[in-house]
Amino acid sequence: MGNLEVNDIHTSYDLSQVLFGVSFTVHQGKCVSLIGRNGVGKTTTMRSILNLTPPSQGSIVFDQTDITGIATHKIAKLGIAFVPEERQIFPELSVWENLDIARKFPLVGSATWNEDRVYELFPDLKDIRNRPGGVLSGGQQQMLTIARGLMGNPKLLILDEPSEGLAPKVVENLREQIRELKKSGMSILLAEQNLSFVLALSDECHIMEKGQIKYSGTPTALRENKKIQEEYLTV
Amino acid sequence: MEPFLEFIRENLGSPGLAILISNPQFAFIQLLNSISMGMNYFIIAAGLSLIFGVLKVINFAHGAFYMFGAYITYSVTELMGLSFFWAVLAAAIGLMLMALIIERCLFQFIYDKEHLMQLLLTFALVLILGDLAKIIWGTDQYSVAYPAGLAGATNLGITFYPSYRLMLCVLGPAIFIALWLFIERTRWGRITKAATQDRDMLSALGINVPVIYTIVFLIGSALAGMGGALASPFNSPAPGMDANIIVECFVIVIIGGLGSLWGTFVGALIFGLVFNFGSVIVPNAQDVFAFLLLLIVLLIRPWGLYGRAESEGQ
Ligand SMILES: Nc1ncnc2c1ncn2[C@@H]1O[C@H](COP(=O)(O)OP(=O)(O)OP(=O)(O)O)[C@@H](O)[C@H]1O
Ligand SMILES: [Mg+2]
Repeated sequence: MGNLEVNDIHTSYDLSQVLFGVSFTVHQGKCVSLIGRNGVGKTTTMRSILNLTPPSQGSIVFDQTDITGIATHKIAKLGIAFVPEERQIFPELSVWENLDIARKFPLVGSATWNEDRVYELFPDLKDIRNRPGGVLSGGQQQMLTIARGLMGNPKLLILDEPSEGLAPKVVENLREQIRELKKSGMSILLAEQNLSFVLALSDECHIMEKGQIKYSGTPTALRENKKIQEEYLTV
Repeated sequence: MEPFLEFIRENLGSPGLAILISNPQFAFIQLLNSISMGMNYFIIAAGLSLIFGVLKVINFAHGAFYMFGAYITYSVTELMGLSFFWAVLAAAIGLMLMALIIERCLFQFIYDKEHLMQLLLTFALVLILGDLAKIIWGTDQYSVAYPAGLAGATNLGITFYPSYRLMLCVLGPAIFIALWLFIERTRWGRITKAATQDRDMLSALGINVPVIYTIVFLIGSALAGMGGALASPFNSPAPGMDANIIVECFVIVIIGGLGSLWGTFVGALIFGLVFNFGSVIVPNAQDVFAFLLLLIVLLIRPWGLYGRAESEGQ
């Protein structure tokens, strides 16, 4: 459960093609990262998986189900949660209302994640549960976006640059919470610019450039490979 | 007092204003007229505003939906002989069915299109539905009887007032409260609110946004049909009744702020007051007052009294 296979996807925005044959796999309970400079196609890869930006070629399989081209809400219902880069909190809804609308009702058994459990993971959210989403700080927004994703009891959590714009202390905290989620068996697909954050969490790293994966390896291998880091990551 | 009233009558040329000042009973009746008219308009305009708020489509055919509601009421009460209550229900359900067909066959394809395309489509609908109504009901003007129990007048102590209009004064706020509770106090309402803000994110949370759109369109259209049914006893179903109402609804929702329920309620009340008191003070100039008010609001707060400034530039 929670296995994602991305096979040779090509994706365009109107006339400009952004992805040129991206393939990778996320196995259950693993954290796989997409890294690379600005504009290489990390977000587009994630949007393609959710069919928010439909790929023109290639296929995406999640737990033996071909999800290529099916409606976004159906993909989400299969157990994929998306935590977007821009956070996309509903500004007029309060914190708990943002969580409430993301709640999914499991057909069998009880939900693993509910409001109380996400408040355990992010205690700060509990104190501001009645505050409108539009007035939260960057760190609070990020916590809420992840918490909102968890409310759907996902098997795969897709995190787009979760550490962006957060204070170092908050980033550290966030890293521990993501590690906890991973320990619980959740698969994670992570896009990041913050290399140390990636290296601390990932089981496998893919470096993207110009819409393709140019290098794949373990964090240990990548940490030692200064040449690759130089070529694809330093700005 | 008398020289003052004399001055208003003769020098200002407004005998109506003189009566308003000197006769509290008359003023009270005008107030109730304003409220009952405003509430009838609120029911219709709330549908228009709700549809715009979620679907972001300005449905010019909303007036035609209202007209169909009135015609259906005529058919159900006068031709089928059923009671007025069933006619209102039939109008609401009939409009929902019509809206379902229109949304599934046409509207769902234009949400992503530019405003001009949407405008052309809803305008084409105005013409098509107008002709359809003529095919079904002809070009006669029909009259619909007041419902049995509400045909008379009620004694309010200081004056008698038509019971039917009093019922509108109660029904309007009841519908307002019901809509408010739905939007603010239910999970579906919150999802509807979220749909006005970010469709993509909502679908990524597993919510079938097109279904929300369809439901909202059905509810908004049912309100138009119901508004038409409720108006039919004093606004005889006839061709062209759709054109007047849509203009008046636009005045109301622009004053209140498109997409705001509270704004539509206040806008409808203001419209009723300006229309009724305006026509008493300067006979036959009621429309001038309403549009003057619209102009002032547009100049000072282009996004309406309760609208949000940021949605203005979209
Ligand atoms: N909505 C869009 N329309 C057209 N082009 C787009 C759109 N979104 C992204 N692009 C382009 O697609 C390319 C890849 O963008 P993408 O957002 O996937 O990159 P990214 O790796 O996530 O970058 P970042 O680190 O800045 O988030 C960029 O060149 C970008 O300009
Ligand atoms: Mg990105």
